[in-house]
Formats: sequence, C-alpha cells, structure tokens
Amino acid sequence: MTSGSPSLTVSRLAYAYPDGTQALYGVDLTIERGERVALLGPNGAGKTTLVMHLNGILAAGHGTVEVAGLPVRADTLREIRRRVGLVFQDPDDQLFMPTVREDVAFGPANLGLRGAELDRRVRDALERVGMLDAIDRPPHHLSFGQRRRVAVATVLAMEPEILVLDEPSSNLDPASRRELAEILKSLDVTVLMVTHDLPYALELCERSLIMSEGVIAADGTTHALLADERLLAAHRLELPYGFAVPAQPG
Amino acid sequence: MSAGHHHPIYRPADTPVHRLPPQCKLAAVVAFAVFVVATPRERFWAFAVDALLLAAVAAAARVPVGAIVRRMAIEVPFVLFALAIPLIGTGERVQVLGLSLSAPGLWAAWNILAKASLGVVASILLAATTEPRMMLLGAERLRLPRLLVQIATFMLRYLDVILDQMRRMRIARESRGFVARDLRQASVLAKSAGALFIRSYERGERVHLAMLSRGYTGEMPTIRDISATGRDWAVAGMLPCLAAMTALLAWSTT
Amino acid sequence: MHVPDGFFDVPVSVGAGVFAAAGVAVCLRGAKRELDDRTAPMAGLVAAFIFAAQMLNFPVAAGTSGHLLGGALAAILVGPYTAVLCVAVVLLVQGFFFADGGLTALGVNITLMAIVTAVVGWAVFRLITRGGPRGRATLVAASFVAALVSVPAAALVFTALFWLGGTAPIEVGSVAAAMGGVHLLIGLGEGFVTALTVSSVLAVRPDLVYGARGMTRALTLRTADGDVQVGPAAPEAPSAGIGLRPVLVGGALVAVLLAGVVSFYASSAPDGLEKVAADKGLSAQEKPHAAEDGPLAGYSVKGVENQRMSGGLAGVAGVGLTVVAGGGVFYVIRRRRRAADSMTPASAQ
Repeated sequence: MTSGSPSLTVSRLAYAYPDGTQALYGVDLTIERGERVALLGPNGAGKTTLVMHLNGILAAGHGTVEVAGLPVRADTLREIRRRVGLVFQDPDDQLFMPTVREDVAFGPANLGLRGAELDRRVRDALERVGMLDAIDRPPHHLSFGQRRRVAVATVLAMEPEILVLDEPSSNLDPASRRELAEILKSLDVTVLMVTHDLPYALELCERSLIMSEGVIAADGTTHALLADERLLAAHRLELPYGFAVPAQPG
Repeated sequence: MSAGHHHPIYRPADTPVHRLPPQCKLAAVVAFAVFVVATPRERFWAFAVDALLLAAVAAAARVPVGAIVRRMAIEVPFVLFALAIPLIGTGERVQVLGLSLSAPGLWAAWNILAKASLGVVASILLAATTEPRMMLLGAERLRLPRLLVQIATFMLRYLDVILDQMRRMRIARESRGFVARDLRQASVLAKSAGALFIRSYERGERVHLAMLSRGYTGEMPTIRDISATGRDWAVAGMLPCLAAMTALLAWSTT
Repeated sequence: MHVPDGFFDVPVSVGAGVFAAAGVAVCLRGAKRELDDRTAPMAGLVAAFIFAAQMLNFPVAAGTSGHLLGGALAAILVGPYTAVLCVAVVLLVQGFFFADGGLTALGVNITLMAIVTAVVGWAVFRLITRGGPRGRATLVAASFVAALVSVPAAALVFTALFWLGGTAPIEVGSVAAAMGGVHLLIGLGEGFVTALTVSSVLAVRPDLVYGARGMTRALTLRTADGDVQVGPAAPEAPSAGIGLRPVLVGGALVAVLLAGVVSFYASSAPDGLEKVAADKGLSAQEKPHAAEDGPLAGYSVKGVENQRMSGGLAGVAGVGLTVVAGGGVFYVIRRRRRAADSMTPASAQ
C-alpha cells in the first residue's frame, strides 16, 4: 500500500463509447484520503461514464485512473475492484443474491475470504449500516431505504479505499434520507457521491466538483459552488425551492 | 397457468421434514415419483400405500390437507383430459350409467389421475417444506450444472421485481381505461411485454456490472454449503424405498 | 399446459429426460460461448421475464384467452441456446417450486416446450430472414411464422412421444389431429403475440434482438469521428450461433429417422395402436373425427401391405408433408415480402 498517495487520481481521462458518442473529454481530479466529495452535474454530463472508469468497468480511451497509487489496468482489476466500492442507484441491481447475508458475502468471498473471517466481515459491514437484524432476510422483503443501506454494506464488506455512491438519496423518504446521511458521516472512508441533490451534497460533503459536457467545470467547497447562482445556472443545476445556502459556517 | 400460481408454496415450520437437508428431499421426491409411475395400474392397493406414505410425510411436516388440496387445483386441466379418455378411447366398450365407455380408456384415466395426483402431492410437500433458497443449494449439491442453478437463482431473485413491474404496467393501462376484449387489444399487451423484456434485459446488464464491481470473475463463490449425514439420507430414503418395494410387490403379484 | 406424472410410461419419461439433459448441456455450452460470464444474470433475468410473460393473458375471442409459451419468442430475442436454457429453467422452477408439471415428466416438458419450440422457432425464423429482404417487416413476419410453426411442432412431437409411450388408448391419428388442430389455433395466437412483441422491442432497442443482429438495415451514426457502425459487440452473431444448415439438416434427419424407424417399431408393438387402424382401415372409432382425417390418418398408408413398412412410410410422408407445407409458407412470405419491400414496417400487420 502506498499510504502517501491520494485515494483517487484521474488525469486527462477521455472516453468515447463504441458507437462513437464521446462522453469524457479530459477529466482531471484528485481526491485525498478521508475526503467526502460530491460530483454534481446535469444529466448527460458524463458522471456515470466517469464512475464506470473508477473500477475498470469501462477502460480509459485516453488518460489514467489511479486508486491509492494503483493504476486501473486489466492486470490490476481485481485489486482495483476491492479498493473501489460502487453503490448503484437501484439497490435491486446491487442486491442480486437470495439473502442479505449471501449478498454482503459475495464481494469478500470473491476476494477469497471464507469461514469465520468472511462471517466477521459480513456482520461488521451490516453493523455499520444498522442492518445486522436483517442478515437472513431476502432483499425483496426489505424497504427501499433498508435495501439502499444493505447495498452500502455490500461494498463496505470489501473494506474499500473509496466509496462511490450513485444518487444515494434518490427515492428515499426524509427519514431514510437522514439515516443514510448519518451512516455516511460515521464511516471512516473516502467518499465520492454522484448526485443531483444539492442540499444533500452540502450536508455531507465539504468539497464538490461540477461536471459538465465531459469535463470538470468547477471544483471548490460545496458552500462556495452552491452560493454561485450563475455557475449553477450555467450547468443546469438548481437549488430546491425555498432552499437558501446557509451562511458560511466559518 | 394463471396468475395465482406464482406464489411459492413454502410454509415455514420446524419439523423433522423441514430440517432434512434439501438434497435428500429432492432426490427422495424424484425417486418416489419415478417408482409411482413404474407401478402397474391394475394394483389399486399399491397406490393406496403410496398415498398413505405421502399422508405420513404430510403429517410429520404438519402441512394441512387444505393447503395441499388447494394447490392440487393446478392439475385440473389434466383431470378434465383424463375424464375424456374413456369417452374417446378405443378398445372394448363397457356400459357405465348408460354411457358407452372404453374399458382401456377407463384404465388409462385412472392411471393418469392416480399417478399425477401422487406426483403433484409429493411435489407440493417438497416445496412446502423446503425454502426456495435451500432447494437451489440442494440442487447444486446433487451436481446439477452450476450454471443452471445460478440461472434459477437469479430468476427467483428477480421474479418478484419483474412481476411488480408488470403489475405497475397493468395499473397504468387500466387507469387509462384500457380493457382487453379481443385480439385487437393484444398489440397493447404485446407492447407491455416488449417493454418488460427490455427492462429485464437492461437490469440483467446492470446486475452483471454490479457483480463485476464486487470482484466477480465468472465463478459464483460458494458461500453456503449444506452437508447431509448418512442418517439424513436414510430418513429421506424411506419414502422412495417403500414406494419401490410397493412397486416391486405390485409387479410380482401380477 | 404442463404434462403431469403418469401420462407417459417410464421408458419414454426417462428417454425424454436423457434427451432434455443432453439438449440443455449443449445449450449451456452454447450460451456460455455467447454470453460468457454474463450468462447467469442475463439468462436468469430473461427466464424471469418469460415466466412473467407467460402470465399475460391475451384475449383471443369470445371470452377465451390464451397465454404465451414463449419458446420461439425467447429464441428470437436472446438466441436459441439461451432461450432453451431460460425456458428449461422456467419449467424446472415451476416443477420444483410451484408443483406445476410432473417431476417424471420434466424431460418431456423440457423437450417439448423448451427445446422443440426454441429450435423449430429459430430455424424457421432464420430460414425466412435469410431469404427475405432486410428490414423490420421481414423480421416481424418471420417472428409470426416462427412462433406459429413452433407450437404445432411441439404438439407433433408430443404425439410422437404419445405414440411411443402414452398410457391412454387413444388413436394416435385422433391425437395428432386434435393436438395439431388445437395447437394450430394456439400457434396463431402465439405467432401474433410474438410478432407484436418482437416488433415493439425492435422499435425501441433493435440492438437487443438477437435475431435482428446483422439483419436490420445498417445503422450508422454521424459523429465527430466520422461515421460509425452501431452494434458494439454484435457482429453477424447468428452465424456464430447455430448455423442454419446444420439445424435444418440435423432436424430433418432426426425427424425422418424418428418418423420412419420409430413408426416401424411402433407398428410391431403388441398393442400398437395403428395396428388396429391398419386392420380396420378408417374404422368406426374414427368417424367422429372424420373432418380432421387426412389420407395419412392413423399413420398407415393404404395399399401398402406390410404393416410395419406402411407405418414407417406414413411417418416419413408426414414429415415430408410438414416440410413442404413449411416451405410453401416460406415461399409465399418471401414473395410477398419482396413485393412489399418498400412498405413501412408494422403496417404489414
């Protein structure tokens, strides 16, 4: 482990889909260990494409991605996928095993863990999202908010270097939304969350990136970015009605 | 098949039958069905013995008779077919209640009714006492191709999700005044089916990505494994063994 | 309609079981070649879709409704190998988890509803799409014929199995006529719904339709990097799947062999049903079905003295007739498609 390197370094990343649609035009970003960063941007900005590169589902057309100093390449995929925990938007996509226990165990088992060590990982991860009670239940018997928490647990069980969440607050009722925020704040990992939910970004992330048309268009404190109305408008981002960015907490 | 048949039959309980390892139960029920089919139809007593065997299992598993009978409704189309055989069958005719019936046809109808009923009750008892997840693990233990078991696993996991989508589409159709009357409306239903296929396929792709993201390399890890002791096999084996003895006895007393 | 236990004797049940197992094994390898490590999730989801689609009831007429069998539809949408696997898994799950369909009849059920419908459906589909003009109209028409033919094909195989090891003393001729007649009707519904479903998928995501790979009019995207062909990992895939010729030749051989050899032996069976028919000619028993009787009813050719030979010949002739009928449909469709080449897709319906 190269403890000195940032959790995530993306440089000059460009990508075009096989059908010729270009989605990324040179993305540069660095996320330090322990940071919580929001990735904001309108639909079609290339956010999902970028996320797909972080654990090697898509291979860079040009440029590089490094996770804690390890470049994403065909021969490093296994380790990269352990280090990058991807939480999908629809928990039903993520929870594909018949029971919560088996689902959370799927990742660590692929890493070669078995027996007591595997069991410890599973329980530990479920404990951290407050879902240990549901360990033997089938995922489709859980509420949407519970499923999202279990989805977070499935990647936590791999003890990732960085947690990448795609729209973590979508479809959650206010209580589940708050519970998830508390869980995310309590975790001691680097977090990159892709979201349209600007207040959620403000609550959870000190720093934000705005992605637009395949490049990082702005990078700064979430507070500063959200206070800049012209910047938001230029990238089709809007604060919810009645929401005012609170004064800088110092 | 109607919409009601997708509800799983499993009835949670803690009985010796429920506790048996699934691979033992699976093998026992399949073997039982084979021996029942192999029993000569002229020996009524043999089928009575088989029915008693199943009754004993049902009692041990505390599966109520009502639940079994309700599930047996699935047989109805074939019962109707079986009842028609004596009417359209060939061979020597006999007079029953003024109807001219084919004697071999009557035998055939009895044969199908008896064997199909015993088979379906055995299947119901298996499904009622075995959690779906355990059934899959049992199938894997019985050396069914792993890929096949995995396909079934994914299918069962997403069945409810897809049926739910289908239900939502139906509500959307009906809330806009759609009523399916004749074949002309089939195109609307077919569009729903097409959309359902696209959604299922795309979800398959996303599930695959989610699997890749957690280190999937083409092999599903074995996370749970259930072993069966010799005693388990002996207990489960009683059902097919007794059925086999019944069939043998029935043949030898011809 | 799932065959329960007790319908077929043990040899036929076991034989069909072995055949089904071999077929599924071939398809496991084939699907894995096509889908690679995606096989389990993709086939699982498609199987769940088929299970759900079978529950959609389509109104036919006068209050009756039918539902989809889905073998041909699956073959056209995801390819024959995956289709067989998906339908087989649906049947296994129905048998073991829902007590629907006898466990000893699983082999028969998988053979009929997974293997025969998917393979016949696919072969017919390819035959038409190869010969017809490119475009959506051909694909939709081919889907219709493929699904239409797949259902009576399964019914015919059912009849053949019934002949070999059915437990009921019914004239095979009447079984064939009844099964064939009823299933031709069911096939019409199946064809209609399959064609409409394929058409609606083609309208939105033509890239997902396996049978349309390389068959839809070439799509090009104008991009900054110049024109790019659409369809990332989908080169002329069907040729990489089951080649058409092996399927046709193999299918024809198996059919002729089965029909000839099997009828030869079936005729000699002690209670062989067609023996009765041969003795009595078109006997009184068959009168009620006279309307459905053809010259081959009872599967014995009049004027051929040797009963065994007669049965065998009838079988072969039956296969020949089926092939001619299928070919005729193909020829007509092809000509009409040519004439209607410039027509817009779905308007042909």
